Amino acid sequence: MSAAPEWKNPVVRWIDHRLPVFTFTHHSVVDYPTPRNLNYWWNFGSLAGVVLVIMIATGLFLAMHYNPSVDQAFDSVERIMRDVNYGWLMRYMHANGASMFFLVVYIHMFRALYYGSYRAPREVLWFIGLFIFLAMMATAFVGYTLPWGQMSFWGATVITNLFSVVPFFGDAIVQWLLGGFAVDNPTLNRFYAFHFLLPFVIFGLVFLHLWALHVHKSNNPLGVDIKTDGDTIPFHPYYTAKDAFGLGVFLIVYFAFAFFEPNLLGHPDNYIPANPLVTPPEIVPEWYFLPFYAILRAVPDNFIDIWGILPILVTAKTAGVILMFASVIVLFLLPWLDRSPVRSARFRPIYKQLYWLFLADCIILGWVGANPPEGTMLVIGRLATLYYFVHLLVFMPLLSRYEKTRPLPDSISAAVTPQGSSQSAQAQGA
Amino acid sequence: MADTSTATADGHEHEEDRRDFLLTSTVVVGAAGVALAAWPFIDFMNPSADVLALASLEFDLSTMEPGQAITVTWRSKPIFIRRRTAAEIDEAKKVPLSELKDPQADADRVKEGKDEWLVMIGICTHLGCIPAGQKATDSKGEFGGWFCPCHGSHYDTSGRIRKGPAPKNLAIPPYAFTNDTTVRIG
Ligand code: FES
Repeated sequence: MSAAPEWKNPVVRWIDHRLPVFTFTHHSVVDYPTPRNLNYWWNFGSLAGVVLVIMIATGLFLAMHYNPSVDQAFDSVERIMRDVNYGWLMRYMHANGASMFFLVVYIHMFRALYYGSYRAPREVLWFIGLFIFLAMMATAFVGYTLPWGQMSFWGATVITNLFSVVPFFGDAIVQWLLGGFAVDNPTLNRFYAFHFLLPFVIFGLVFLHLWALHVHKSNNPLGVDIKTDGDTIPFHPYYTAKDAFGLGVFLIVYFAFAFFEPNLLGHPDNYIPANPLVTPPEIVPEWYFLPFYAILRAVPDNFIDIWGILPILVTAKTAGVILMFASVIVLFLLPWLDRSPVRSARFRPIYKQLYWLFLADCIILGWVGANPPEGTMLVIGRLATLYYFVHLLVFMPLLSRYEKTRPLPDSISAAVTPQGSSQSAQAQGA
Repeated sequence: MADTSTATADGHEHEEDRRDFLLTSTVVVGAAGVALAAWPFIDFMNPSADVLALASLEFDLSTMEPGQAITVTWRSKPIFIRRRTAAEIDEAKKVPLSELKDPQADADRVKEGKDEWLVMIGICTHLGCIPAGQKATDSKGEFGGWFCPCHGSHYDTSGRIRKGPAPKNLAIPPYAFTNDTTVRIG
């Protein structure tokens, strides 16, 4: 860690003396000490930041031609696609950008799960991350309503109706959310307003996320703490370069979608204008919500008979909604469910296996969510939902107690450099 | 504060009691003010007067034949009006209540002497899709009434839930017949 830099430029020095924004930036992105052993899975945080900026930029421009009224919304989107200069590009970047945002954030979250990045002292960092995830889900949901196609309309209907399970106030809450008795113009207007606001809320949360990150610094593949300066390298140029390379690769994937398969991840029914009197044969959310959709629909219809006393309070619908929200909320408990003395799955032979099972389970849930809940699909969905919760609520605490972990290296540098290991060997010998 | 006030009372401590009181009351009044100020923002999002104003509409049913169904819009919700055939009414009547998930007699779902006319909010009580069954070509489900394609709820000829995830029967809106063939909904 170096001291505050001496600013040569007199203007910079003048400003920095009054508002140390240059010093702050220098500390947080230039000489910021970063574990020397971060692998490419650590690229996805900065990628998510880049996607957020792209989303805000393309969204702002789309807003210049979009018209949030039920008579105009669908047509104005088609106008953007056909008549507005580069409107197609702006919209395809935005629509596929949403998918990329979730993809990148899911990888970022699964990286945290693998390397135990949610563990003390980074619990608050993890919480803020989950709040960002929740805000992203809200933003994506209201945003998907805006093109006012059939999936927009019916997705909004199904999701706002989830709140009708709230005891006593359910219907009042749904009407309050909709601003009417069904999804209609007031709903579209407010969803547009929130869709504009929420990204800035996410931006603020990202700031807090980075702040919390910079207090205890990045976790690393070994999951051991930074002990000496030898364990770290400055963020710039090492990780700026690595992140830039990753960004290049990412942009290739992103624009492969935006240019060549822009509608692959969307649902064709959303090119049919919304019709409040005709429900599409099947309502499917965007791919990034499919696992949650599967959990929502997993609860057996005759839940009532199975659970004896619960029934009076909880119907299958209510139970499905509760489980779906619980599937995210339980992630907040993770730092306490997992009490293993070791963070990284590299040194946890059993957790490492279960981790991949859990990842497979989430993918299976997504696949189930894309299909009608019938026959074997329904059974698989139920088992996968069960496993989701068993992994988090049962296996994690049990593993923390009974798993025999492998020995940890003395330090990051000891593990990754030859002279580092000899140094630490000397240190031990001494 | 507790331990200072148990000490011998002098002017200084009275001063502190007074300050505590002022502080507490300021916080309480301030919090109440903030709570009250929040209400207009919350209520702003509730259905507005013009939305509520469309709350009551009349429909002429004189052209409907038995077995025919129409869908009208009320409060931006689809309303199913079906003129039931004698067979459909019979079928709805003879189901024992014990077989129903949301037990309700057919007679409680129509107006007295108006057994023919079933007027319902055409929104699935599961997650709000519009069930099929209004058009002659639609699938009417296993019970000859309506079928919600979203998650597979079957409703009978009285609009009662018989099979599938929906918890309740299709809702009946407030309505009345103003004469033999005109219905006012709302
Ligand atoms: S909305 Fe009708 S079955 Fe789910």
